[in-house]
Amino acid sequence: MLTPHQRYRKYKSAFMSGLAVFCAILVITPLGLILYHLLKQGIGALDWNFFTQLPKPHGETGGGMANAIVGTGELIALAMLMAIPIGVFGGIYLSEYGSEKVNFWIRFGADILNGVPSIVWGMTVFAIAVAPFGTKSAYAGGVALGFIAIPLILRTTEEVLVLVPNSYREAAMALGIPRWKIILHIILRTASKGLITGILLATGRIAGETAPLMFTILGNMYWNHNLKEPIAALPLQVFNYAIAPYDDLNRQAWAGALVLIFLIFILSLGVRLISGGMKKA
Amino acid sequence: MNPVITKKNFSMSDQVKPTATSNPPSAPVAVPVVPSSTPAAVPPSIAFDIQDLCVFYGKNQAIKNVTIKIPGSSVTAIIGPSGCGKSTALRALNRMHELTPGARHTGKILMKGEDLYGPGIDATLVRRRVGMVFQKSNPFPTLSIAENVLVGLRLNGVRDKTLLNRRLEESLRHAALWDEVKDHLNRPGTGLSGGQQQRLCIARALAVRPEILLMDEPCSALDPIATAKVEELIHALKSEYTVVIVTHNMQQAARVSENTAFFYMGSLIEFGPTEQIFMNPKNPQTEAYVSGRFG
Repeated sequence: MLTPHQRYRKYKSAFMSGLAVFCAILVITPLGLILYHLLKQGIGALDWNFFTQLPKPHGETGGGMANAIVGTGELIALAMLMAIPIGVFGGIYLSEYGSEKVNFWIRFGADILNGVPSIVWGMTVFAIAVAPFGTKSAYAGGVALGFIAIPLILRTTEEVLVLVPNSYREAAMALGIPRWKIILHIILRTASKGLITGILLATGRIAGETAPLMFTILGNMYWNHNLKEPIAALPLQVFNYAIAPYDDLNRQAWAGALVLIFLIFILSLGVRLISGGMKKA
Repeated sequence: MNPVITKKNFSMSDQVKPTATSNPPSAPVAVPVVPSSTPAAVPPSIAFDIQDLCVFYGKNQAIKNVTIKIPGSSVTAIIGPSGCGKSTALRALNRMHELTPGARHTGKILMKGEDLYGPGIDATLVRRRVGMVFQKSNPFPTLSIAENVLVGLRLNGVRDKTLLNRRLEESLRHAALWDEVKDHLNRPGTGLSGGQQQRLCIARALAVRPEILLMDEPCSALDPIATAKVEELIHALKSEYTVVIVTHNMQQAARVSENTAFFYMGSLIEFGPTEQIFMNPKNPQTEAYVSGRFG
């Protein structure tokens, strides 16, 4: 038989456990809600045309977001072309070369940059890459997204390189291998899964950014073959269509959002697969 | 640039391993960094001539005024209690201690008559001639067994396939590992057992054909059988290599070495033939340590 006090403790324990479970579920509820809404509203507009057709003039039904999907791909490629070398080399410096004092300030700066609202990046890049050339362009959008990705890649690169045990560096040093070759062939290779994970995470982060693109790429309704000119992008198209006064466009906005979420889902899955493989090793 | 340790004449081609005698006595004359204290007088059988070496980590002095002549083509053991500076002494011999931030040293180390720390001497080139095996086996996890053995050659620019293949087998045979791994050279090096991994690391160090092999407690993480194998290997190596081994295990020092140095609190207490150090030590501290009364 339980005494009343024991019974009280048992109920209290059950209540607290229940509360924890409830909060844990609450955390992922928004994800469920987002997916439910997107699927309900967007799946109808998601057909083959959505992926292959250009947008129709306002007022006409049909058409798709092919140019925006490709545009997002181009922007991510431009951004990564800029962010991967800078971020990875910066991370190598922090992990392998930098002195404590210099590293402290670089890390501090990178952490502040990580917290800079993306709209501030949009304005900044507008000032340095749009205004001087007199036109919004794919390049400007790529630079804006690249700036957002750099501190992310820098910090993850540093973290995964620091995780490579020093004994590998020493073993390679003792073989008389030049330092840059040790970094390139041994340390980066050992940390390659972590590096790729960091790059994928940064890609996921910038893929859905909208605010910086408003200032930099303008968006358009047709194929863009010149990176010096305005370009369309999925998040921006979603934004424009969502606020448009046409039901058909609103539906397409939902579909675009669904595609974006799916893209992030694929990237996260890639990260999971790679880092899961890392645990096994 | 020192004319002896240069990239040019350090070739990893299949030449005969340079021995102490292939170092012409006239060479040191051209060495500006070697003082007039007649390096030619150093007998060729001296691998390391350590003169008044002090090593500091920041404000800590790890090695205090050590002077010692380590003979070539033999095994020298460094023994002493934890923290006595034996690893630091070993790492000073291929400049590995320099990797520790705040490390500095005074004094001089001559390797076969050349100043290891002379101006223009590149630490990387020193380490190609003075290989090292560490306490914990550390094969590179992304590389196969074969790639692990050959990584030192490949990353130093050796491309010749026949040479690489020959060195691969040679080094693994030398490390007494060939028969165990010859059928799966492409498996990851980290899939081997602990003792095999350590022998793989020895093969990796031997593949670049160093003149001297430093071993920092190479058996401390191994079981008795694997330890016996590595000790046999050390015995076999000394005909061609100078081996300097740091060990916690006094029996091991007695088994494998010709000469033993006893370190205590950063100082060299006694150095001499192993038999003398263990059977008839001159210093009471040495006697207390080898008889197990302290440390």
